[in-house]
Amino acid sequence: MSGHIVSKKLYILIFAALIALTALTTGVAYVDLGKWNTVAALAIALAKASLVTLFFMHLRWSSGLMRMVLVAAFVWFAILVTLTLADEFTRQWTPVPSSWEAQIQQTVR
Amino acid sequence: MWVFLATEVMFFGGLFTAYVLYRNFYFPAFEAGSRLLDIKIGAFNTAVLLCSSLTMALAVRAAQLGKKRFLITFLLLTLLLGATFVAVKFGLEWRHDYLEGFAPGANWTFHGPDWRHVELFFCFYFFLTGVHALHMLIGIGILTVLIVMAVRGRFSPERYNAIEVSGLYWHFVDIVWIFLYPLLYLIGGRY
Amino acid sequence: MATAAVETEIESRVHYLNASYGIKSWLLTTDHKRIALLYLVSITVFFFVGGSAAVLMRLNLITPEGALLEPATYNKLFSMHGIIMVFFFLIPSIPAVLGNFLVPMMIGARDLAFPRINLLSWYVFMAGGLLTLYAVISGGVDTGWTFYTPLSTTYANTSVISAALGVFITGFSSILTGLNFVVTIHKMRAPGMTWFRMPLFLWAMYATSLIQILGTPVLAISLTLVALERILHVGVFDPAVGGDPVLFQHLFWFYSHPAVYIMILPSMGVISELVTAFSKKRIFGYSFIAFSSVAIAVISFLVWGHHMFVAGQSIYAGLVFSLLSFAVAIPSAIKVFNWAATLYKGSVSYDAPMLYALGFVGLFTMGGLTGLFLAALAVDVHVHGTYFVVAHFHYIMVGGAVMGYLGGIHYWWPKISGRLYPEGWARLSAAILFIGFNLTFFPQYVLGYLGMPRRYAVYPPEFQVLNVMSSAGASILGVGYLIPLVYLVWSMRYGKIAGPNPWGATGLEWQTPSPPPTENFEETPVVTEEAYAYGSEETQVA
Repeated sequence: MSGHIVSKKLYILIFAALIALTALTTGVAYVDLGKWNTVAALAIALAKASLVTLFFMHLRWSSGLMRMVLVAAFVWFAILVTLTLADEFTRQWTPVPSSWEAQIQQTVR
Repeated sequence: MWVFLATEVMFFGGLFTAYVLYRNFYFPAFEAGSRLLDIKIGAFNTAVLLCSSLTMALAVRAAQLGKKRFLITFLLLTLLLGATFVAVKFGLEWRHDYLEGFAPGANWTFHGPDWRHVELFFCFYFFLTGVHALHMLIGIGILTVLIVMAVRGRFSPERYNAIEVSGLYWHFVDIVWIFLYPLLYLIGGRY
Repeated sequence: MATAAVETEIESRVHYLNASYGIKSWLLTTDHKRIALLYLVSITVFFFVGGSAAVLMRLNLITPEGALLEPATYNKLFSMHGIIMVFFFLIPSIPAVLGNFLVPMMIGARDLAFPRINLLSWYVFMAGGLLTLYAVISGGVDTGWTFYTPLSTTYANTSVISAALGVFITGFSSILTGLNFVVTIHKMRAPGMTWFRMPLFLWAMYATSLIQILGTPVLAISLTLVALERILHVGVFDPAVGGDPVLFQHLFWFYSHPAVYIMILPSMGVISELVTAFSKKRIFGYSFIAFSSVAIAVISFLVWGHHMFVAGQSIYAGLVFSLLSFAVAIPSAIKVFNWAATLYKGSVSYDAPMLYALGFVGLFTMGGLTGLFLAALAVDVHVHGTYFVVAHFHYIMVGGAVMGYLGGIHYWWPKISGRLYPEGWARLSAAILFIGFNLTFFPQYVLGYLGMPRRYAVYPPEFQVLNVMSSAGASILGVGYLIPLVYLVWSMRYGKIAGPNPWGATGLEWQTPSPPPTENFEETPVVTEEAYAYGSEETQVA
């Protein structure tokens, strides 16, 4: 319980920002930025999530312990994603001694 | 509740991990699948949920100030907005996808290029939005209970923990959608 | 004091067992101590169900042709043995029984933070358990407790979905218990009980709860994906459709490796308590043990790939996981050294709980060292999927976790029941267990090293001698488990009445009568000393 009472104005301001960001992210999808499209989309999503967490969920006025809980959750998610993808993306990297290269070229993988 | 939300982060996290993996492997197919979703409905639903987060935050505020009428009003609004979201998702989007033949396992008729991976995309689409919708339904249930309790005068500026805690849950479900929207609807650029 | 007078005193005093009668008062209780007993009964039943599966397996393995069972049946038995023992016995054992009973008492509280959620936890556990038992009856599961794809999703024709959903449901019980403990330990410690004055059992429970909270949801999602794929035939894990079966293994082991630490950390916490109580000495290296518990919890999440060295995982990922797996052994070793140092120059008494604790230290060390063999990528390539692995984890889980559990049950039995168990029988069964255990599982190290694969109903004849030794050991082990069941139940009626502190141990739980009243403490205790202040007046036998 934060006990902290937030003003209506602030809530409405945050809401307006959220809607604006949604419009932005939707708009950006119509522009070709190559791979930056994904980066932009995720960055905007992160911004929106932060606004909701900090202001609607009162994390800005909450104790350090609550923030630790949230940080821990995301760190753990990061562990799951990072190590799993580390495996999945490096499967094809098997080191091969150079003298085998020629033989490998001939075999069907 | 924060601790419970941490478990939810990991729960959705597992799904997101799988999704990120396959999206990376089969980007063109996922793009194609994403284009088959209606971005306007997605954006509308996003706005609906954000609005419901606002009304929920205002409901908590009303409880903190002891304003019973406002509390009930805002809880009701939140519930209605949440119900709108679910109705649009199930009634419009899912129904449309099913009828068009984009429902893996139930009615899949798309056989364009790379259709197996497009089916995989839709598998994730339905599962991610389905689990999210399930959480919304649970939230709606919780809101109903809260409204009944509020009508009976169970809350006061000293006793509103249940509202605040339910608010945390509701906002979290909103945040999941904040991530789902770009990841599902906006991958394939519409350019 | 005459026994009769003491008996009447016990019967006239109100405590948590006689505070209210009737089945409703038990099934609707919110008293953490009663809930602990509900769990005790449930997991004991599951233990013997899982144990019977093991008995049948070992009987089958007496002959190389596996004369007793069809291979398909054997597959179902080892799967059910694994599922029941892991999810319905080991994971809840110490947290849900001893943890539920002791956490509030050790911190000087009346109950856990969320008593009703605690009760819900038990009901969720039972619901999952019943669904899984249904899976057993309706044809069993033959995928192994690991549910590997694509067998579980595509090719198995057994009750995979029921079993997976049963485990899924029970996972919530684990999450809720962990949540309860974390909040309780953070928020409800008695005045004066700082983090570093807490008994080490609480540190262990805290670390365990962290794992339960962060890991179990990922198991939930992986099992749900399996069920989904089985029902809808979509291809999340199906290579034909572009899915990756190893992805399942990543998601599964992300939970299941930390899960094994859920099973061992509480046991280590119990051992910390036993070693100090029975050497009447301060624990050596309190903060090291406390931090190592948390370190194990954290590092345990970084090592899951060591189950997948030969599954097609990339070598680079394998290297990383191998290195990290070596790292996770360090905090465990720190604990073992600290326990040994505690025993040194202590006034050691060999009561049954201490026998279990000493057995733990030896067997856990062996199991842990063989874990290091398995962490070495090159060695694992040869012994993966053999009995070496089976021996390794049974040394840890049976020689370690179960010994710790039994030691704890014996140690706190006077507090739980108000009676003393018969010491002679207890020591005898501890010895029988130790002998039976080693006879059962040591030959399996050799078998695995010689190349006998695990999960096989038949084997080449040259392995028969070792298999027969193992099965013989299993029969002794079985006896060793049955004896405590008998005398513990017997003691509830006929055991000697226990005082508040029969062991002369430190700890707030020993400041209450045995059995404790429902609210645990008349007034909230105030803590002024460190956790293991042996040598002061309070720690006299009472």
